[in-house]
Amino acid sequence: MGTPHDHTPPADSDAPLTYHQTMEIAVRELLIEKKIIDAATLHHQVEKMDARSPAMGAKVVARAWVDPEYKQRLLTDSPAACKELGIELDGTLLVTVENTDDVHNAIVCTLCSCYPRNLLGLPPDWYKSHAYRKRVVREPRTVLAEFGLELPDHVTVRVHDSTADMRYLVLPARPSGTARFDQEALAKLVSRDCMIGVAVPHA
Amino acid sequence: MRRHHDMGGEAAGPVNRSEHEYAFWEKRVDALLVLLAKKKLVRVDELRRGIEQIGPDVYDKMGYYDRWITSITNNLLEKGIITSEELGRRMAEVEARHGKEDE
Amino acid sequence: MKARFRPGDSVTVRSAYSLGHVRTPHYIKGKRGIIERVCGEFANPEELAYGRRGLPKRPLYRVRFEQEQVWPDYIGPPSDTVDIELYEHWLEPDTKKD
Repeated sequence: MGTPHDHTPPADSDAPLTYHQTMEIAVRELLIEKKIIDAATLHHQVEKMDARSPAMGAKVVARAWVDPEYKQRLLTDSPAACKELGIELDGTLLVTVENTDDVHNAIVCTLCSCYPRNLLGLPPDWYKSHAYRKRVVREPRTVLAEFGLELPDHVTVRVHDSTADMRYLVLPARPSGTARFDQEALAKLVSRDCMIGVAVPHA
Repeated sequence: MRRHHDMGGEAAGPVNRSEHEYAFWEKRVDALLVLLAKKKLVRVDELRRGIEQIGPDVYDKMGYYDRWITSITNNLLEKGIITSEELGRRMAEVEARHGKEDE
Repeated sequence: MKARFRPGDSVTVRSAYSLGHVRTPHYIKGKRGIIERVCGEFANPEELAYGRRGLPKRPLYRVRFEQEQVWPDYIGPPSDTVDIELYEHWLEPDTKKD
């Protein structure tokens, strides 16, 4: 690797390059030639991001469900609690918000698409969509119902608009019927959508 | 006066829940920004500001990572890290090269 | 910078519609809320967005707003809220006393 014209064959190489794909290749090559970035570090970052997925968040949730003291540590200092489980958030200021019998949390970034990427991986398209960004702050119950989640009026719905450096993880409530489940089995119940707050886990 | 990207509370239809798998080039754009931000060459805030400055019609029509690479590139041009001339020449070369690959 | 507000304080979001990179959403301008927590001090993103340092760091708060107060047509109980992180320079003490 390392010649100026080295370019990793794109997975999408059958289609002609779009204008922006061409731009990406050109900019990347120029920056590598100018020694502003290097190819190996870039590739490593792609792999690092690929390794992140909702399974990491599910692991944190499952541990919080079985260990009340861990849960308190998670609610107090989420990055430190993640680190206990070997999850390095690289400076993300993660804040965990807990769903209870009385409160349901849902996360959005109306201004762009801020998301706890370093825990859950890259966000789903719908989270970044204009429709979600526009509607979930104003009519959360309607949007959640479209996602299949109907909440009664005695449950407060709290929408968090991620406008600054904090990134939010919803800690869903542990579903009933799971008393005998071990952490691994519990983690399997926790989908990405539960941790964004548009779904709840079921046994 | 509401700016276009500042869209919380505006009307919209149902949320489209279909998802696409991230293409390799998109992941490279994402990684590029992470690297540039670490070096404080293009901060996340500068990326966002660049995206916000994209005109409303184009903002709506462009794909998510199209907006990212546009903003990153504009920021690099503003700071003189790359020039318009060298970018243009390299983009033409990339197109020509890619064309040759297919033959 | 010492934080001006504390959890429980009632605040109003300034109504100003400037250009530039502003992280106060338009829908919350002019609204009253309660400080839910002090998040800490951060460099000003409005300045960082232009390659400047945004110093000195300034206090950031999580502010809780009742949805019924934010949207005239809100569908849901009065307890529903929207929580937003806002910088101190966007907040004024709420002088209206109930």
